[in-house]
Amino acid sequence: MRISTLFYTLKQGVINIFRNKWFSLASIATISACLFLFGLFYTVIVNFQNMIKSAEEGVAITVFFDEDVTQEQMEQIGAQIQERSEVSRVEFISADQAWADWAPTNIGEDYGDIFAENPLVGSDNYEIYLSDVSLQRDLVTWLESVPGVRDIKRSELVADTLTGVNAIVAYVSVGIIAILLAVSVFLISNTVVIGISVRKAEIEIMKYIGATDFFVRSPFVIEGILIGLIGSGIPLAAIYAIYFEVMEYVVVEFPALTDLMRFLPVGEVFRTLLPISLVLGAGIGFLGSFVTVRKHLRV
Amino acid sequence: MIFNNKKKKKKKDSSDAVILLDKVSKSYSSGSPALDNVSLSIKKGEFVFIVGDSGSGKSTLIKLLLRELTPTSGRVVVNGYDMDRLRRRQVPKFRRNLGIVFQDFRLLNDRNVYENVAFAQRVVQTPTKEIRKNVPKALAVVGLAGKYKAKTKQLSGGEQQRVALARALVNEPPILLADEPTGNLDPKNSWEIMKLLERINEEKGTTILVVTHNREIVNAMQKRVITMKKGVIISDEEKGGYIDED
Repeated sequence: MRISTLFYTLKQGVINIFRNKWFSLASIATISACLFLFGLFYTVIVNFQNMIKSAEEGVAITVFFDEDVTQEQMEQIGAQIQERSEVSRVEFISADQAWADWAPTNIGEDYGDIFAENPLVGSDNYEIYLSDVSLQRDLVTWLESVPGVRDIKRSELVADTLTGVNAIVAYVSVGIIAILLAVSVFLISNTVVIGISVRKAEIEIMKYIGATDFFVRSPFVIEGILIGLIGSGIPLAAIYAIYFEVMEYVVVEFPALTDLMRFLPVGEVFRTLLPISLVLGAGIGFLGSFVTVRKHLRV
Repeated sequence: MIFNNKKKKKKKDSSDAVILLDKVSKSYSSGSPALDNVSLSIKKGEFVFIVGDSGSGKSTLIKLLLRELTPTSGRVVVNGYDMDRLRRRQVPKFRRNLGIVFQDFRLLNDRNVYENVAFAQRVVQTPTKEIRKNVPKALAVVGLAGKYKAKTKQLSGGEQQRVALARALVNEPPILLADEPTGNLDPKNSWEIMKLLERINEEKGTTILVVTHNREIVNAMQKRVITMKKGVIISDEEKGGYIDED
């Protein structure tokens, strides 16, 4: 292809957007609306998943040891626990520390006067935090088999609930995103079909003159990709703005919820949302124009 | 491949025919055949009218020559290209041998006169420098050199058909097909377009095939006239006239 032809094709693609401004606007609006819904849903889902993950990270298993277990053995067991893949963090709490943490709030600052000795002797323990709460049962089974382990405290109800919620959120989000995308492709391809059908005569003229399929199709495809990119840029900008507003609103109006509702930084959400939306927009524009023009090429 | 095909055909068809139909039939899925065993030869530089009523097979003939359709049987050869052997992706290159003028002009109404004519050159990837030389020349031939900036909708029907003619000629095709070129024009403009076609035929040696219903023009111009009826050629006369079927 000659460079002048390449520039002509690119120029025609851009000019076509303005020539067919109503069709372009309709296409951009459709793509924007669909990708806005997609982006909004994606943002809610990733934040919700982040909240569940935070909750999961707070779920701990506490491991107590037999009285005859030495400090050195406890350290060895601690090292073994740390090596497990499902473990994110292990914290050793000595009996003295456990007493010093618990007593002031539950007995009073003068607990030393009441109890001369630490009544929690023998309650040295490890607090184990999991990377994936659904693996709690596996870890407990393994811990039960470790010599020297006396008791394991855990909350199966919390772990099971979080695991269940996680699975439901995953299924529902995949389902809703699939439906949203299917509806988007349907709506957008319809808009593109109408837009290109109006220009059927133009395509016919090109073909009669001796234009190759590539020459006929290229400006339409460029136009489709540009419309797709503009259509995906608008909802991204809107979500970016809304995200900050919502975060600020929640922090100001519901300060009590800020511990529970930990928002992901906008950069982290957009690191995935931005490329997905742009690729979806450009991809839908490309496919819509490519397929629709093909129908009219058989002249 | 096209070149080989062309060479082979030229060798085989020793005559200087640029359009050759050999026992061509075309049937659609329902009804009687649109073309029935038609044979026809048009030599280089000829000016030919194809006349006939609606349903006589004229449009099918044009579509076969444009390779928009392929024959059900028989052979169609245009400027050395055997339509039967032509692959779909070779069609664009083949069509660059033809200039085409339609009854409804088929201009790109969102572009000006210059762009409409230049468009035909862009399709064949002519360098921009050449386009700048060739388009004004083609517009001058059809008498529209001064209107190159005008939008096509600002032009009269006759002027629009001239733009279409300039677009058909700018690539200097050896064959020009005109499908009812005066169908939407008044008598004065019709005559002007026909005189223009005759001049192009005489000066450039372009083979011209005109499908028309215009009895006065056919009778006055005294060219070869092929008359069709119900898919069959019923008359083929040098310096012929419009045959009245009543």
